[in-house]
Amino acid sequence: MAAAVEVDGLVKRYGTLTAVDKIRFQVPPGTVFAFLGPNGAGKTTTVEILEGLRRATEGRVQVLGHDPWTEGAEVHRRIGVIPQDFRFFEKITAREAIEYYRALFATDVDPWELLARVELTDKANARFDTLSGGQKQKLGLALSLTNRPEICFLDEPTTGLDPHARRAIWAVIRTLRREGRTVFLTTHYLEEAQLLADHVAIIHHGRIIASGTPEEIIREHGHPPRLRVQAPPELAARLRQELGVTVRVDGPSVVVDLADRRDTLRVLSAIDRSGLPWEAVATEADTLEDVFVRMVGQMDDGALPTETPR
Amino acid sequence: MNLRRIGADFTVVFRSYTRNPVALFFSLIFPIILIALFGLSFSAVGTSTTTVYVVNDDHGSVPSQQFLAELNATHVVSVQLVHVNASSFASWLGKNDEPVGLVIPSGFGTAYSTNASVNVTVYTDPLDAADSGVALGAIDEVVNEFNLGHIRASCGTGPGCAPVVGLDTAQVGSPVYRYIDYLIPGLIGFSILTSPMFSLVDISSSYRKEGIFRELSLTPLTRAEWLTSRVLWYVALTLVSAGIMIGTGVFLFGAHVTLTLGVLPFLVVGPFFFVSLGMLCGSVAKTPESAALIGNIVTFPMMFLSGTFFSVSSFPPALKAVAHVLPLYYVIDGMNQVMLFANTSRALGDLAVVVVGSVVVFALAVRVFRWRDE
Repeated sequence: MAAAVEVDGLVKRYGTLTAVDKIRFQVPPGTVFAFLGPNGAGKTTTVEILEGLRRATEGRVQVLGHDPWTEGAEVHRRIGVIPQDFRFFEKITAREAIEYYRALFATDVDPWELLARVELTDKANARFDTLSGGQKQKLGLALSLTNRPEICFLDEPTTGLDPHARRAIWAVIRTLRREGRTVFLTTHYLEEAQLLADHVAIIHHGRIIASGTPEEIIREHGHPPRLRVQAPPELAARLRQELGVTVRVDGPSVVVDLADRRDTLRVLSAIDRSGLPWEAVATEADTLEDVFVRMVGQMDDGALPTETPR
Repeated sequence: MNLRRIGADFTVVFRSYTRNPVALFFSLIFPIILIALFGLSFSAVGTSTTTVYVVNDDHGSVPSQQFLAELNATHVVSVQLVHVNASSFASWLGKNDEPVGLVIPSGFGTAYSTNASVNVTVYTDPLDAADSGVALGAIDEVVNEFNLGHIRASCGTGPGCAPVVGLDTAQVGSPVYRYIDYLIPGLIGFSILTSPMFSLVDISSSYRKEGIFRELSLTPLTRAEWLTSRVLWYVALTLVSAGIMIGTGVFLFGAHVTLTLGVLPFLVVGPFFFVSLGMLCGSVAKTPESAALIGNIVTFPMMFLSGTFFSVSSFPPALKAVAHVLPLYYVIDGMNQVMLFANTSRALGDLAVVVVGSVVVFALAVRVFRWRDE
């Protein structure tokens, strides 16, 4: 099946500044793709090129098989977009806003059904300027779905929202995926990407520094899982000697790297056999955020080259 | 152009506007306040002073001096003596672009003293009916007063007494107009200018800054459709506000204006022009602040120099020249011609200027206006 989004050798320059530098990636249809990166990394520029709002300097970009710059009208008919900090006509109610978009796109969506989907039914007759930040984002999400899009571009849709509003938007994203729609998500919240995304690409200084499923990225670029136990430092020497594992002392804890799941039981048995006093035991694993912070930091230090994305 | 999309956008503008009390106040109520203020302030005076150029061929006779003094005392016109041959006076007036002249013939004083009839001649310019009407009315009034005084002084109320001073006009006489009559078309023009200009200048820059245009750019709505729905809204708003202003002027201040369908083209093309101009001004600006500045630079001279509050014919020549390059002048002058002077040919000329200007400015606005900066 053809990719929903295909980017090959994309370059965007603003004068002498190269905002996006020869990036490549594909987004399979019906998946959630998270595009991550620190501020100024090139995320928004890339997304705006995909949305047909900016012209690429070099490279090939296809969205649903069309060039978004030269075939913008066709692409816009089939995509939905919610920008960061969504704004709308202040005196228009949520229901009227959906009716407006419905008329513009000539669709027959039911405004009440869309409002229910984003949990905004009780605010149907509230004017935009009376909505909270989260409710405004939810309305933006509802509007982006008015034309029943094949791809939804969601640019930091949950930034600044309270946990309840974030979860409501996550629920919509999951539903979109179940319906077979493609979601292109940019976000600062790494836990959000890890929770929702099938595929992730991390961009930094205009280049992609990692891509794959969240698990693949963590496996490839993260530290191994660890067992943390509160115990005296002598335990570290015992475990190193008895099991040959990598151990370090971290404050009041001893931290043991686990090569695989069976190591957990071996380490626990050895702790028991040591006769040394111990308290809390916990397993730890890198999150996408851990990997992201580490990779971005290493790249800034010049220790990490960019990868050729798969 | 897609009518469904234009209709949807029109509905959004209608709702946004009617839910904004400030916008409604300045569109519908503020012009009425202006009518009341100016109407009450100037209704006693009648109108601004019109200069009447006078050739006094009676060489300073006492009755002729007295006649001119009374004319000056009306405060409606001011007398300016010129030494020109009476036979070439009409061409002198035309050459100097002066709309009103008066000739007091030789023998005026003698005729007045001997109860013989004598006529003064008033020259009026039908293309400047405003000043002509004002001056003609003032001179007519002074002639009547002059005759009445003469009859009382010389004849008492006995038989055989008749007016001695008559009035000849070089042109067909015009009715007398009052300030409030000019104020109605002027303020309709004021409204046609200010509502769309200030609103579109603000919207075009703030919507771009807030990203609303960016969002609209991702819908099938085109820039021309968006601008068209704004034009339609301001045409509708103008029709309503013009109706209110005419009603207020006629019923509260006794304005004499002719309600004719001929005014409709100006109520349609005027907003068309200024919506487009507002969009153009807002689009060339990079920030809302500079947009407001450009909008003010374009709007304020038009607001005061196009005949909104005072007739352009009373301006000094330099300001008259400026007024003639301002588009609002043609909107207001055209409405004056159809509502006051029944001068269709001049109104058509004004309309042609506004139509051509509107098409050009609309095309420019659509070309310059961008949903977003690349």
